[in-house]
Amino acid sequence: MEKYKFKPKSRVREFIGEKFIQINAYAAIAAVLLIFIFIFKEAAPIFYDQDVKQEASLDKMIFKQQFKKGREPKWAWQPESDIPKFSLLPLFIGTLKAAIIAMLFATPLGVGAAVYSSQFASKRMREIIKPVIELLAGIPSVVLGFFALLVLATVIQNLFGLTYRLNAINAGVALGLAVIPIVFTIAEDAMTSVPNSLRDASLALGANPWQVTLSVVLPAAFPGIAAGVVLGFGRAIGETMIVLMASGNAAIISASFTDSIRTFAATIAAELAEVVFGSAHYHVLFFIGTILFLFTFVLNMLGDVAMTRIKTRLQGKLQ
Amino acid sequence: MKKILLALAAVLMLGSMVVSGSNITIKGSDTLVRLGQRWAEEYMKNNKDVVVQVAGGGSGTGIAALLNGTTDICEASRDMKPKEYKLAEKAGIKPYRVSVALDGIALFLNEANPVNDLTIAQLKGIYTGAITNWKEVGGEDAEIILYGRENNSGTYAFFKEHVLEGEDYAARTQTLPGTAAVVHAVSRDKYGIGYGGLAWATDVKFAAVKIDDNSTAVLPSAETVSNGTYPISRQLYWFFNGKPTGQLAKLVNWTLSDEGQKLAASIDYVPLSKEMALANVVED
Repeated sequence: MEKYKFKPKSRVREFIGEKFIQINAYAAIAAVLLIFIFIFKEAAPIFYDQDVKQEASLDKMIFKQQFKKGREPKWAWQPESDIPKFSLLPLFIGTLKAAIIAMLFATPLGVGAAVYSSQFASKRMREIIKPVIELLAGIPSVVLGFFALLVLATVIQNLFGLTYRLNAINAGVALGLAVIPIVFTIAEDAMTSVPNSLRDASLALGANPWQVTLSVVLPAAFPGIAAGVVLGFGRAIGETMIVLMASGNAAIISASFTDSIRTFAATIAAELAEVVFGSAHYHVLFFIGTILFLFTFVLNMLGDVAMTRIKTRLQGKLQ
Repeated sequence: MKKILLALAAVLMLGSMVVSGSNITIKGSDTLVRLGQRWAEEYMKNNKDVVVQVAGGGSGTGIAALLNGTTDICEASRDMKPKEYKLAEKAGIKPYRVSVALDGIALFLNEANPVNDLTIAQLKGIYTGAITNWKEVGGEDAEIILYGRENNSGTYAFFKEHVLEGEDYAARTQTLPGTAAVVHAVSRDKYGIGYGGLAWATDVKFAAVKIDDNSTAVLPSAETVSNGTYPISRQLYWFFNGKPTGQLAKLVNWTLSDEGQKLAASIDYVPLSKEMALANVVED
């Protein structure tokens, strides 16, 4: 039995190993914090620097401005101009429009697929469906954007007879394709986590599989499905390449979904590389970055909190 | 463990050996990037000890790189703005400008569009949003779909200054990342109009531009741009930090020589006239 004699592990090596892993974990948290501090530092002059506030203060970015005497006050985003214009409202509306269409497209498809895959599909079908939908998540967003620009735009324009080829619907549908895997995976996880006892009990009481799904499983998994939708929404808000290529990038305020849009993320991607360092334009772009960061951070946190709560509730233990 | 260390040391040594001879970086205008790359290729063929790297990103990006000291040469399709000159002063950079080629800004129309010529005033009206329907300029009754460039583009800035006379673009102008993308969009859209350097046009037709209603409409081409009859033309520049010497001066003088200018003409850029080229040559 000589082989099986345990050697006492070196205390020093264990200590180093533990500290190393601990530092890695803290480094990740520190990285997120430092990124936020950097972005906010570059955006801060909007709040205190007088030169910057001349062109782009908080109220100039939010409210209608009368840019030229004799012209009506309006919202406009035209930073490289004799009179720079920094209204954020057209960009905000554009971002929302794209995200809303993406969710309207992705939620029914994602949740529907999750319901089928977890409640009705045979084991073999489930083994095929789950990886294939998750493959969608592996498509680089620039490829989706390219696809939307070249193919999807023409298809949608011919289908609906639209004036503009690159518009919110085009960008929204392509975004939806990127969001479907997120909604699907989380919703499907939530539904399979519903304890079998609940399903068996309702089946025993005489419900058919549809009634079980609609009345028992969906309500029980609802927080998880909502978390999936919220996380998908966060992804749709922050996605850059797809909207940059497929949306037309025109900063207009309109209620119609068939007009072009310009989103926060696409604005940063298109303009940050060139902007003169230290100019008001530069600070405004970082301010937009801060907004995006906070928004997605909060949405992701809400999603995570909801997920932990339903897991504890359904499974009676902390995962 | 020992093997990993040895491998790492070998890689580091090899890496440091690659960088020998001089390295020239060129960054900037997307309009000029094709020309810059062709020139770089040809120059490196005859000068084996020099490596020239060319990147695009827009005139604004190139100028920002020059001001940050991250590039040797900045390609720009517009002059530097007063704001940028001031920032250069603050950063201790002395921009030295050399004209290397000419360019005409062509207006692209879809081949199925019945409209063929436009005056400068009409172009201004179209792009500022005053004119919104093709029937106002002699075409069909349909909304004009505007395509343009992002605001970091030298082409955007030049068009705004010279055709729009400083006015803003209409908010509904769709912005695309390069002239090739603008051309592609117009070729797919019957009611579209776009602008960009004339070296990029495929599957679209040029609009013949007239200065006013009574003058002749001129199509953009190498001759009409270099002899000045096409009204919307500009110089394309290379900016240096201070007067170029040594390898940089050799490179720019080669681009201004007959050989360099002929190469530009062969890929559809407009060469400088002999006098202009001589005027821009960098003396020692």
